[in-house]
Amino acid sequence: MKISEKKALKRESILQTALQLFATQGFHKTTIPDIAGKLKMSVGNLYNYFSSKDILAQEIIKYTSESLGEKIREVNDTDASAEEKIHQIVTIYFTMAKEKPEMIEYFLRVYLSNREVFSDGCEGMICVSGFITEIMVFFDDGVSSGELRNQDFFSAFGLFMGYLGGMVFLKGEEVLPQEIEFYIDDISRNIYNALKA
Amino acid sequence: MSKPKLLWLQSITCNGNTHSFLNHPELFSILAHFELIHHPVLESDYSFQEVIEGSVPCDVLILEGSFVQEGFLKAGVEVSSVIEHYAKRAKDIITVGTCATFGGIFKQKEPDKISGFAFDIEEKTARYKEYASKLISLPGCPIHPRWLSFVLLMITNGKKVEIDELHRPVELYGYTVHMGCTRNEYFEWKVDVKNFGLKEGCLFYEQGCQAPYTRGSCNKILWNDTSSKTRVGTPCFGCTEPSFPKTSLFTTKTNMGIPAKMPLGVPRRAYLTLTGVTKSFKIKRFSERLLEYDK
Repeated sequence: MKISEKKALKRESILQTALQLFATQGFHKTTIPDIAGKLKMSVGNLYNYFSSKDILAQEIIKYTSESLGEKIREVNDTDASAEEKIHQIVTIYFTMAKEKPEMIEYFLRVYLSNREVFSDGCEGMICVSGFITEIMVFFDDGVSSGELRNQDFFSAFGLFMGYLGGMVFLKGEEVLPQEIEFYIDDISRNIYNALKA
Repeated sequence: MSKPKLLWLQSITCNGNTHSFLNHPELFSILAHFELIHHPVLESDYSFQEVIEGSVPCDVLILEGSFVQEGFLKAGVEVSSVIEHYAKRAKDIITVGTCATFGGIFKQKEPDKISGFAFDIEEKTARYKEYASKLISLPGCPIHPRWLSFVLLMITNGKKVEIDELHRPVELYGYTVHMGCTRNEYFEWKVDVKNFGLKEGCLFYEQGCQAPYTRGSCNKILWNDTSSKTRVGTPCFGCTEPSFPKTSLFTTKTNMGIPAKMPLGVPRRAYLTLTGVTKSFKIKRFSERLLEYDK
């Protein structure tokens, strides 16, 4: 293994550990020594990878957005219908919420709740563009093929992602009577019915 | 040394390219390099009667207008036969305008029968093979007079005109109309033009501008040596493209706000990623009137 590969792996493990701690303990309650301690590395060395807690927080949102974007890209690259793709995207999102809850929790409870941390460097959609771009591609394909109704991007985006985010938030609050995957079929159908041409 | 003999023939045309060329500030000094055998509106050495008899000389043949193999006659003679007669003899053939090159506006009348001389939209016509070695395409509706003078002067100076696969000179069509547009900063920062007549804003997002994917040098070689469509606030209609004419020229087709056609050669994901980033910023200078910003 080359040094650069080793460093990349270390970088990713820091991102994942910090993501978990931020998502569970909260951003402000988590310190850099907490993260370093969990990774059994020195605080000084961690700063070699990320120069501040804010920058680490910003890199995490890019990391989660790209990781989700890559999965949606695989769906976009298939010949499936828009209806099928909606089902697959909902499945990806809810599966991630179940298997890697920290990913979505981070988005909802750190990124959306601590805007001051992201105001310089993660303005607007900059740090979530990996994910947003794939949603745009999905909408563009859906309208081009005639399956989805042409409308303003944000009215469609808000309906789709607001809905999914809301459900995962409810899951995090432990108010959902059923497991999250129970809702995949109905929610996919609702989204499709709302967006179809 | 004798001058190359220039013959300008028309098929189904509105005379747009003829008239555009008359706007060339150095028209007569350019024509002075040639012996003008026949021209639709300028004084020339031979009559049209002599032209259709097939008896006049021709080195450089300029063709204007869409083509139909049968049914378009002048003085009782099929125009296509007159053109092919001289096309065989010419050393260079220049199709001027989108009609002569790809079919253009007049193709719309009978799309199955009418085409350009050597191309039918982007497909090669049956006569392409015979004339390909001496063919230069100058699409545009109309062409800029300097595009034609560039080619004519290259020919008369014995220089090779580099061309692309549709036989367009790369010196003229290697550019997009977008390149050189004074609204480029607004394109970069995704700021729409808010109304007609404004200097501020890009016409690509809402007003139908096709400049980012249209080949041509309209913003490099300015019209009337002064300006261009996009500079004055009219969207580019894509008039040099094989697909010209399109409809709804003042509206950008979008899918949920995303332009249905991307700038030339730009992958959709690259474009969308950049859009997401630039739209995240509001730059004060681009939200104000140009002439009032520093006041």
